Amino acid sequence: MNLTLKIWRQANANDKGKMVDYKISDVSPDMSFLEMLDVLNNELIEKGEEPVAFDHDCREGICGSCSLYINGEAHGPDRGVTTCQLHMRMFKDGDTIFIEPFRAKAFPVIKDLVVDRTAFDRIQHAGGFISVNTSGNTIDANAIPVNKENADDAFSAATCIGCGACVASCKNSSAMLFVGAKVSQFALLPQGRVEATDRVLNMVNQMDAEGFGNCTNTGACEVECPKGISLENIARMNREYLAASLKG
Amino acid sequence: MSGILNSSIGRKFAMALSALFLMIFLLQHFTINLLSVFSEDTFNNVSHFMGTFWLIQYVLQPVLILGVIFHFVMGFVLEIRNRNARQISYAKNNGSANSSWMSRNMIWSGLAILAFIGLHFYDFWAPEINVKYFKGDMSGLIDPDNVNSGFRYWEELHHKFVDIWRVVLYCIAFIFLSLHLLHGFSSAFQSTGMNNKYTKSLQGFGKAYAIIIPLGFVFIALFHHFTH
Repeated sequence: MNLTLKIWRQANANDKGKMVDYKISDVSPDMSFLEMLDVLNNELIEKGEEPVAFDHDCREGICGSCSLYINGEAHGPDRGVTTCQLHMRMFKDGDTIFIEPFRAKAFPVIKDLVVDRTAFDRIQHAGGFISVNTSGNTIDANAIPVNKENADDAFSAATCIGCGACVASCKNSSAMLFVGAKVSQFALLPQGRVEATDRVLNMVNQMDAEGFGNCTNTGACEVECPKGISLENIARMNREYLAASLKG
Repeated sequence: MSGILNSSIGRKFAMALSALFLMIFLLQHFTINLLSVFSEDTFNNVSHFMGTFWLIQYVLQPVLILGVIFHFVMGFVLEIRNRNARQISYAKNNGSANSSWMSRNMIWSGLAILAFIGLHFYDFWAPEINVKYFKGDMSGLIDPDNVNSGFRYWEELHHKFVDIWRVVLYCIAFIFLSLHLLHGFSSAFQSTGMNNKYTKSLQGFGKAYAIIIPLGFVFIALFHHFTH
């Protein structure tokens, strides 16, 4: 396949940045999208140009490192996959592909397609954990019965890899699907109920402080989420937050 | 509790509550207007009751106006905050791949409805307030000096739709209302935290509500235009 790539190039966080066109030829349909970018970068390096910076790590769809807004969608046009698992067979010979970083005030661009997603880390630090006594009398988690439906929902919520596609896809740059998933995975389990009130208040307050937008329930995040995190998690977070606010 | 309206979820919740309140009002407004198609006398009697009963005039009417103002102001506040959350737009954004047009354009359908409310207030509410509270005529009669002249409400409504341009404007506004409700109905419940086994049924009911109510208003406007 021969393709035209329109890629966001930005030298550093302070640079204005712009879209730059690149031609790439002989792209195999079996390549992953990141492999195609690897090939482009090899060509750029051979020509003495600066390679395109982009995030990646496991390339197995589980680490949440890769991002990219491809042809107007987070992780590209395929469903239920991250960019590393997006294959070039999703495109046609002669296509023009727009490749941009995830856009949000809370995700500032560091370089080219790499954005700073540490806002998610700070939200997690604010409450995305449970406190466990590790002084020798720890209770086996399996000793506490958990309703099967709750266990399944908690597990589904916990599959969120924190990639930020929800923020990138949302027209409001809202992080509520991410925070909803993190709140839910604990709120649904007895071990998480102990700190549930503080958790949801602290995580939502941190989310707001980071400058993410308000959810308007478009559902774009759910569609683009590579792990299929459900909007039910946002509703659960809303309930948890409202109940916690009344208590607090 | 005090800071709830300063949080993103609190604002969503407040927006949803005002939306649910306005949807209940809309249903009541539609039901009364529909009476005008079936019975002139019933419509007149109900309108007179609504226009003179103290609880409705001095309690519910101000609450309704505050509800409308709150919904619009909060809508603008949320829109501004949301636009600030993404300062650089995408060069290419395929919004239709993951969300409905209605959900992405609530601000535009809302602005169209706001413009319509301006026209609607000019047509009906302002003249009504003028007659009752500035001229002091609470009789509701066509001729306040003649008790046999009958109530004026149906006549006023009927004559208002003589002009085709007004009918067209009302019909366009109801299309925007329908688009707004098609997303807004289920969105309001999601914002209050309601997403459970009844959600699918509720979404179906919401779609029916969002189509039937505005279509009903279009029917009423057309009825009064063509029966004139």
